[in-house]
Amino acid sequence: MSIEPQLPDRMILEFERPIIDLERKISELRGLSTATVDFSAEIRKLEQKARKLQKEVFADLTAQQKVQLSRHPGRPYMLDYIRTLTEDFVELHGDRSFRDDPAIVGGIARFDAWEVLVLGQQKGRNTKENLHRNFGMARPEGYRKATRLMRMASRFNRPILCFIDTPGAYPGLGAEERGQAEAIAKALQVMASLQCPIISVVIGEGGSGGALALGVADRILMLEYSIYSVISPEGCASILWRDPSKVPEAAAQLRLTAPDLVELGICDEIIPEAPGGAHRDVAVTSAKLRTALKRHLKELTALSRHELVEQRYQKFRAMGAFVENAG
Amino acid sequence: MAWWSRTPGLSQEPGEPKKSVPKGVWNKCERCAATVYEADLDANLRVCASCGHHFKMSTDARIAMICDEGSWQEHDLGLESTDRLGFRVNGKKYSDSLKAQHKKMGSGDAYRGGSATVGGMQVEVGFFVFEFMGGSMGSVVGEKITRQFERALAHRRPAIVFCASGGARMQEGVLSLVQMAKTSAARSRLREAKIPYIAVLLHPTTGGVAASIAMLGDVIVAEPEALIGFAGPRVIEQTIRQQLPPGFQRSEFLLEHGMVDLVVPRADLKAQLVRLLRWFDPANVGVGDAADTLVDDTVADDADDDLAADHADDDGAPARNGRNGAGGNGVAHAADDDD
Repeated sequence: MSIEPQLPDRMILEFERPIIDLERKISELRGLSTATVDFSAEIRKLEQKARKLQKEVFADLTAQQKVQLSRHPGRPYMLDYIRTLTEDFVELHGDRSFRDDPAIVGGIARFDAWEVLVLGQQKGRNTKENLHRNFGMARPEGYRKATRLMRMASRFNRPILCFIDTPGAYPGLGAEERGQAEAIAKALQVMASLQCPIISVVIGEGGSGGALALGVADRILMLEYSIYSVISPEGCASILWRDPSKVPEAAAQLRLTAPDLVELGICDEIIPEAPGGAHRDVAVTSAKLRTALKRHLKELTALSRHELVEQRYQKFRAMGAFVENAG
Repeated sequence: MAWWSRTPGLSQEPGEPKKSVPKGVWNKCERCAATVYEADLDANLRVCASCGHHFKMSTDARIAMICDEGSWQEHDLGLESTDRLGFRVNGKKYSDSLKAQHKKMGSGDAYRGGSATVGGMQVEVGFFVFEFMGGSMGSVVGEKITRQFERALAHRRPAIVFCASGGARMQEGVLSLVQMAKTSAARSRLREAKIPYIAVLLHPTTGGVAASIAMLGDVIVAEPEALIGFAGPRVIEQTIRQQLPPGFQRSEFLLEHGMVDLVVPRADLKAQLVRLLRWFDPANVGVGDAADTLVDDTVADDADDDLAADHADDDGAPARNGRNGAGGNGVAHAADDDD
């Protein structure tokens, strides 16, 4: 499912194009090399050039370009990280009252030394998969499944790892009928009271309430090119600017990139991605994520149940920006 | 069949200046189109006398209607958003919009929280101010609600929130989003401490407010025909590319789908709240012999209902069963898995 070695043309972003063109030239030259014709000097030069170009482009990404990267069709999804980070994963299904929602995947797994619960929104890699996964947009039953499994993890003192990657909760007729708002609200309330360690990682799109419903955690990590926002730049541009061409500006104004979230006191740590983004090398990105997750889990599992709940409360309690005048 | 008719020129003396109705004297009902006299509307709690349509009500009027006379004591009046994002739309600063709103509406942002008595019972009560940027929840609103819940916890008083909000305040970005988590966490503590929380949903309650504290009441009450939902109707229509059925996402629809406990007309709202508060009130132990045997266990344990099964063993003292007499009831709430 991973597409790293060769990105299909339709998956290449505009600002990636010059880099990828260079890389293709390099592999062409490699193919032309024979025992008698040696291109190695040229190849080395081109490789250097490609690396330099990539560094330059990625050093100076706009908010909107990071939004595009966070939604990159080649980006590793929740199940890619489950495969690279955990062993003995068993998916568990259903909310026990209506149905199973494939937009949220949940299950038990072993991560390093720990038996953990893993949860996350799962996007599809193609049209068929996306129809099945509803583009990673969960319905109430998805959040209710997540809540059910999280309570189970808390009862048996297993840490929870959440992988956040969703445009948002699904705004559909049935979803409303079955209480989308209630399902999300309940997830927030339950997460606040769980007595086991919770780490949430934004691996792609952290879209609004649908993302937050897996985000009331002891640690909030973000991959370097992931985003976390109250509304999509598209939604924001259409509501506040009433102008779809203002999407890049809305993206910048919303302060939704990982460094922004650190500055705003919400994200605890940024996980560096492979050069050129997580989709260019899943293994490298996973390895960095693994190191960080282990470190945080070690810290969190040393805390008592009471300390965990108290510290989580204080963490969210402190979020916000206001002053208090003598009133 | 004109048994009366207008005589031209009779209603107005020629030369006399045209009589105009001063603005704000008459109003038109959005539902039945009846022309209503503003003073009548106010006297009738802003409910249309001919069709029962509930007009929006000012927060001051709402406070007067719900809180016992003279009991309202407002808190946290000095809180102000700092516009951490430096948000601006087409050069217009969010901080300037806030200033303009404050000038028009007074300080306090989109929420007013206070202590009051309702039917003689002490409560911590708060009201979304829809007129202030659509009642949107930013840092100040989130902080006020959290403080209200914390006061309720400290004094062991019921909390009531009157919701009327379009959702999170976009101009505060992700800082507004996390207010959903912050307020829900504070609400979670009330739950663990077994302090009642009643949510009253007014028109409209949507987005991030619906998907947090609005839907977390022990009891959820809605005013008639209030729009309540996660996604706005327009967004849903654009997503599913079809028209929504009439009454979709209205209070009565939510009642039918099991999402709210009660739909209560405004005229009955206070009485109904008093009734609910009385049921929750631990001081209300009923009459006769039962009062002697009832042991107050409202502060008994810190067990989380969500995880009650873990604590069933240390929570099952039969002596606690009070009115019910027989043993075995001590584990009753262990089975309460809430949803």
